[in-house]
Amino acid sequence: MPDLELLVPSAINGLTTGAVYAVIALGLTLIYGVLHIINFAHGSLLMLAMYGVFFLHSLFGIDPYVAIPIMVPAMFGLGYGLQRGVIGRASHGKDENILLVTLGLAIVIDNLALYLWRSDTRIIDTPYAFATFEFGPVLVSTPKVIAFFAAVAIATLFWLLMTRTDLGKAIRAVAKEKTGAQLVGINVDHVYAMSFGLGIACLGAAACLLLPTFYVSPQVGSAFVLIAFTVVVLGGMGSFMGAVLGGLIIGVTESLGGLYLGESLGQIGIFVLFILVLLFRPTGLMGQQS
Amino acid sequence: MKSISAITVVLILMLPIPWLVQSEFFLNFAIMLLFSAFLGQAWNVLGGYGGQFSFGHAAFFGTGAYATAVLQTAFGINPWVGFVLAGLAGAGIGLVVGFLSFRFGLKGAYFALVTLAVAEVLRILANTADFTGAGVGILIPLDQGAANLQFADKTGFYLLALALVALGLFITAHLDNSRFGARLMAVRENEDAARASGVNVFEIKLRAIALSSSLAGLAGAFYTQYFLYLDPTIAYGPTVSIEAILVPIIGGTGTLFGPLLGAAALHTISEITQHVAADAPGLNLVVYGVLLVFMVSFLPSGLWGLATRLRRRKMDLSN
Repeated sequence: MPDLELLVPSAINGLTTGAVYAVIALGLTLIYGVLHIINFAHGSLLMLAMYGVFFLHSLFGIDPYVAIPIMVPAMFGLGYGLQRGVIGRASHGKDENILLVTLGLAIVIDNLALYLWRSDTRIIDTPYAFATFEFGPVLVSTPKVIAFFAAVAIATLFWLLMTRTDLGKAIRAVAKEKTGAQLVGINVDHVYAMSFGLGIACLGAAACLLLPTFYVSPQVGSAFVLIAFTVVVLGGMGSFMGAVLGGLIIGVTESLGGLYLGESLGQIGIFVLFILVLLFRPTGLMGQQS
Repeated sequence: MKSISAITVVLILMLPIPWLVQSEFFLNFAIMLLFSAFLGQAWNVLGGYGGQFSFGHAAFFGTGAYATAVLQTAFGINPWVGFVLAGLAGAGIGLVVGFLSFRFGLKGAYFALVTLAVAEVLRILANTADFTGAGVGILIPLDQGAANLQFADKTGFYLLALALVALGLFITAHLDNSRFGARLMAVRENEDAARASGVNVFEIKLRAIALSSSLAGLAGAFYTQYFLYLDPTIAYGPTVSIEAILVPIIGGTGTLFGPLLGAAALHTISEITQHVAADAPGLNLVVYGVLLVFMVSFLPSGLWGLATRLRRRKMDLSN
């Protein structure tokens, strides 16, 4: 069965998809690392960002890649506002409450989208959607390669932000020791909202990278949300390197699983991996033992 | 003892409803309300009393539903027998999920994620397997008669649903008054403290999930017999999981009458939205989501908690 002519392009395809998963997972892992919550609305917010990109293109003719500087700040603002206005308020300091609130938000966003835009799947038409180039003996899709390198750039920017700026320092301080951070004068509520905003901003970028090759529908978020959870759990909750590594591993697993088991059963591979990692190594590949 | 008499009063009041109200529409409403309440009671055992939040109760519900459907269409097993087997099938899945998660100390968000993923895996499997009718679903052949658990008129289904809710109420009352219930609540409040006081945390959680998932399995069997149709999205989709969480949260988690109260409130609100918004797809669930956020933000102890608080305030004032 190991037919190299199928295997190699499939693996490369998986790597490029995996890079976008990594961007989505970076947002999720940042939110988890700082706020210690699992954002169940992550997939729904990604879906919202994808509709944003879709409408920017269909109404104003803005190319998805050009839309990055619009979508990233817009999603950042949305995330900041959600944390400050809804999630932070509703939590009463209990983790289960935040879990339920983000689940509630996901339900609202998904179904509002279903109501407003119906369940039609939509795609945008770009001249380069089917462009390919030769990479050695393999044909690869140009938008996917762009997505791959953009994802690497975003991950690098993220890393620089976390390690080289005051904001990054403050975020890391709050993540490690909330009360201590508060004592040295860090505004914890602001840092929480900034972290949530940054996590959601990643979704804005991911949406712009996805749309040239992917469709959008109100249910599209759920296709990504469990994948993003799997990536984060696999990489280790709160670990940035883990999210990148996990994203690539999952991308390749999915692609090869789809090749050998067929579309629908290939998806199961991810879930089984997810459950296995949760059961046997909940700290993930790069996570610290808690 | 006080709770047993309260349950008896509630059940006696609800018993004659089908004979008092002749409207088919209202009876259907009442049946769906009881069905939701029972689903909520199932979740409440594990989530409300045990503090283990499952986001995928559809995994147990769907397994019970498919068990009844497949057993009678493929093996000709009587649905009354199928009903009992559905409870066992639900418990079986619950035990597997519980054994794996609790053994490795998964709790909180991790446990929620595992249950969510298990429901999703089962949905994909049901969508591909032949014996579940794959994506087309299963249609139960119409063969009316109480012996086939297909009542000719809705009164039979109403009584069956009421019996299930009664079962749920007595089990919940048992949690309030038994050692098992006390241990389960101790685990919810503080697992380490419970363990230190000699509670076998793993065993208690396992018993709770088995109980909870067997009730969810029964709810699935009821659904199959009432609608005589099942597909992977109905059985394992997110709607059931969400309803199972929402009902006790609206009514009050970890309380005896919370799920019943929550189901009544939820179904009344949802009926109103359906009238106001005609047949807009998704709007009903938008209301569910808003309610979930609203309840957690403003009334974390649910309607039952609100009622208790008001009653206490009144008593304080009169003293």
